[in-house]
Amino acid sequence: MTEPAATLLQVDHLTMRFGGITAISDLSFTAKRGDITAIIGPNGAGKTTVFNCLTGFYQPTVGRLELTHQNGKRFLLERMPDFRIARDAHVVRTFQNIRLFAGMSVLENLVVAQHIALTRASGYAVAGLLHLPVYRKAERRAVEQARYWLDKMGLTASADQLAGSLPYGFQRRLEIARAMCAGPVLLCLDEPAAGLNTRETDELSGLLLDIRKEHGLSILLIEHDMALVMEISDHVVVLDHGACICHGPPAKVRADPAVISAYLGTPEDEAIALTRGSR
Amino acid sequence: MPQTGIVFRGEIPARMTIDIFLQQLVNGLTLGAFYGLIALGYTMVYGIIGMINFAHGDIYMIGAFVALIGFVVLSTVGIASVPLAILIVLVLAMFFTACYGWAVERIAYRPLRGSPRLAPLISAIGMSIVLQNYVQIAQGARTKSLQPIVHGQYSIDVGQGAHVSVSLLQIIIIVLTVALMAGFTWVIRSTPLGRAQRATEQDATMAALLGVNVNRTISITFVIGASLAAVAGMMATLYYGVIDFYIGFIAGIKAFTAAVLGGIGSLPGAMLGGLAIGLIESFWPVFFDLAYRDVAVFGLLILVLIFRPTGLLGRPEIEKV
Amino acid sequence: MAAADRQRPPFVAMLRDSALAAVVAALLAVPLLGVRLVDNAGGLTLDYRLPLVLYAAAAVFAGRLLLSLAGHFLAPSFRDMTVSLPRMPRNSLIIVGWVLVAAAVLLPWMPFAERNLVDKLTLILIYVMLGWGLNIVVGLAGLLDLGYVAFYAIGAYAYALLSMHFGLSFWICLPLAGLMAALFGVALGFPVLRLRGDYLAIVTLGFGEIIRVVLLNWQAVTNGPNGITGIERPTLFGLSFSRAADGPTFAGFFGIEFSPVHRVYFLYYLILALALMTTLFAQRIRRLPTGRAWEALREDEIACRSLGMNPVTVKLSAFAIGASFAGLAGSFFATRQGFISPESFSFIESATILAIVVLGGMGSQIGIVLAAVLLVGLPEWFRDLSEYRMLVFGGAMVLIMLWRPQGLLSRREPTILLDPKPASAGATVP
Repeated sequence: MTEPAATLLQVDHLTMRFGGITAISDLSFTAKRGDITAIIGPNGAGKTTVFNCLTGFYQPTVGRLELTHQNGKRFLLERMPDFRIARDAHVVRTFQNIRLFAGMSVLENLVVAQHIALTRASGYAVAGLLHLPVYRKAERRAVEQARYWLDKMGLTASADQLAGSLPYGFQRRLEIARAMCAGPVLLCLDEPAAGLNTRETDELSGLLLDIRKEHGLSILLIEHDMALVMEISDHVVVLDHGACICHGPPAKVRADPAVISAYLGTPEDEAIALTRGSR
Repeated sequence: MPQTGIVFRGEIPARMTIDIFLQQLVNGLTLGAFYGLIALGYTMVYGIIGMINFAHGDIYMIGAFVALIGFVVLSTVGIASVPLAILIVLVLAMFFTACYGWAVERIAYRPLRGSPRLAPLISAIGMSIVLQNYVQIAQGARTKSLQPIVHGQYSIDVGQGAHVSVSLLQIIIIVLTVALMAGFTWVIRSTPLGRAQRATEQDATMAALLGVNVNRTISITFVIGASLAAVAGMMATLYYGVIDFYIGFIAGIKAFTAAVLGGIGSLPGAMLGGLAIGLIESFWPVFFDLAYRDVAVFGLLILVLIFRPTGLLGRPEIEKV
Repeated sequence: MAAADRQRPPFVAMLRDSALAAVVAALLAVPLLGVRLVDNAGGLTLDYRLPLVLYAAAAVFAGRLLLSLAGHFLAPSFRDMTVSLPRMPRNSLIIVGWVLVAAAVLLPWMPFAERNLVDKLTLILIYVMLGWGLNIVVGLAGLLDLGYVAFYAIGAYAYALLSMHFGLSFWICLPLAGLMAALFGVALGFPVLRLRGDYLAIVTLGFGEIIRVVLLNWQAVTNGPNGITGIERPTLFGLSFSRAADGPTFAGFFGIEFSPVHRVYFLYYLILALALMTTLFAQRIRRLPTGRAWEALREDEIACRSLGMNPVTVKLSAFAIGASFAGLAGSFFATRQGFISPESFSFIESATILAIVVLGGMGSQIGIVLAAVLLVGLPEWFRDLSEYRMLVFGGAMVLIMLWRPQGLLSRREPTILLDPKPASAGATVP
């Protein structure tokens, strides 16, 4: 038996219907604290929908999504609006098609992510308007936090550029940095390697392992790059047509015949990468 | 609509009897026909290029003026047959107003396609101011009135000695509107033009790649919208007999309200929304102070948008994350 | 290839194009310009003015041809000019800002300044202030508000009614009017702020109309279309600007001869101070979490929600703060005029203010000043052409938008730099 706090996220019987279409049916899985849990599956399997339910952008039709913090505090995510999931339960996500504040600078993106803490420090703008030291100090701390992530992501040189003008790979990293600045307990990454080249993907996997080690973070990952998934995840959940067809450690999933058959008929390289498990 | 539009002003009893109900139903349907016709122009343009064509109300006003001038010209030429006069004026008003609709799009909107979202809106507001003042300067600021042309009133007995009066003009207006809307729906559903239009609405770039002439399709949308507004303008000239350069503003806002109410982008929605606004306007003064009629319309709009943001017939939007 | 094309201008195509434009112009002119309805005792008669149609067609032909020729020969330099305009370095804009402020402060003391000019500048400054206030809502938070004038009206009526019924002075009413407008902003904003951009625009427009209709019809309180007259004029620390008053007068206190000009100058400085307060506030709040959240929301609402921001609170704060500045401007308007009626708060005012913000280049404080001078100032100076004034105004709106769709000055400065250079640290652009 593991102690209760080891389970970070418990998803029970999650079902999501849009009109007559069932995008997810009766999905249950758990994510352990400190793990990298990957959700994989062919296109249209309902992976992003799971994320949208978890982060409150969709209201699940049926199901229970329970998140437990280290201190034992529990959150029922299906009952919370999206912004409260990020603010109180500290579940922060990135998006499949990057959503940056394109017209603002890279640094501003990272400072905005610390909005909640900074707003409190600015005394809901009053202390800020009066330019009180308490706010100035908080802002300096926010910038230092941002600088840490800029350095880590190799974005320091572009700090004052418009986020929208960055190259694609940089934008992906900036989005992760921004999510980290919001102080997540659970970081949900929606296809972070999409559109990256081989070298960038390698860097990404190193980075994710590194973040987890240093910040004691748990990561939920949607990814099509099987090599990346097999390399870094501790636990893999395989979705097909909205249902879980297999879950377990990467080695088990890789050998599961149901998984292989689900992937046949989808792009070949994915199926091949899946069986080989490496590039 | 001009403030002169309501048949009863204040002195009706604040209770509903069957004859008042039917009478206001008829009046409301007539009013709804105007709003529906104007709303179609808004909804089509919004559907195809996603902008509020702020000058559309003024296009309707221009339609009313062209129609009024047309009637006066015909009477000086000596055309005495009323149906013939109406037919000629209808064609003339639609043609000239369509020219205005086309020109507005060509001058003020087309160069701004792909600019920041607010640019075309400001340019549209500017265009609306230009059209209003142009007509004011060209035709004078005073209200213009026309003697009734279409006579004929039918009194229908609804029992218990109560009567409902329906004018020939009201019948013409409703029949004409229904016919136009039916024809128009057919055009959008079943002709190559309608297909091009719907394709452009879905994805202008893709439509262009597949050989749809997007510019021409958008122009035609404006032309159709303007000619429908011209019909409404002509009917207003006949029905109210009083127009001025300012009638387009309020009519425009209300028709846009109708379009949103029905679900913007939806053609049947625009008609339904127009009808709803017409009925609300005609029934409001039965119970409440006429002066606050516009408040009722906008209040309803706010309520609908809060509880059903897609309007009555709009497609529900699933937020793409 | 392109150079060779430029050497042989396609005159034939231009001529054909211009002729086509002339034909369209003639078609447009025939029904409305060529025939004028004349009211007679016996009903309407017609006055044919067909030469006007020819003039219109000729003017359009010549204009179109000249434009194409100019576009052909001047295109490169013309384009360079428009592109280089916003690329002014950051510091020069700050300098321009301070020079403008200094000029505004000193202006009434210049030899050429006379009462009329100061009066017109006061009017322009009202619109500058309204523009800066609306910019918080539209430029920063990206919320399209077409009913901003409603809050202006609420401020004006709040002051007029409070001073009339409770005898409160301008200086007490000013913050109350701001607060009142902000409350209305919250009351309106709360239900509708979930709406998408264009829906919000139309709902705010409807709200503006509702306020106007209520002002027009609520006789008992607002005195309907006749408006409120004899509104208390402002005092300087209790010094009245009248010839004779119950309390001390400005002229009497300083021992100078009474002159009605004093009040004009006082009002000018008052609105200047209010406007500067607005812009300083806007500059400062932009650099605070609240302001950054507004801009982030404008950029991507979904991303904001994923970072824990409550979009309703963020929008509501922008809406309420923007409204409160309109309320302040409204009570200034009431005290300046001494008379208000619903007529002053029609949709055209909202449109003008929005046009100032958009033409100024959304977010640029100096751009808004430029746009206010262009849109409010110029038509004021051409009042002699009263009939054509609004025509020119509308035309200018269209033309400026066509010329610069992104606004006159549209560069955005980051609110925070990673390693700010000492020279520009803490500097604000007025």
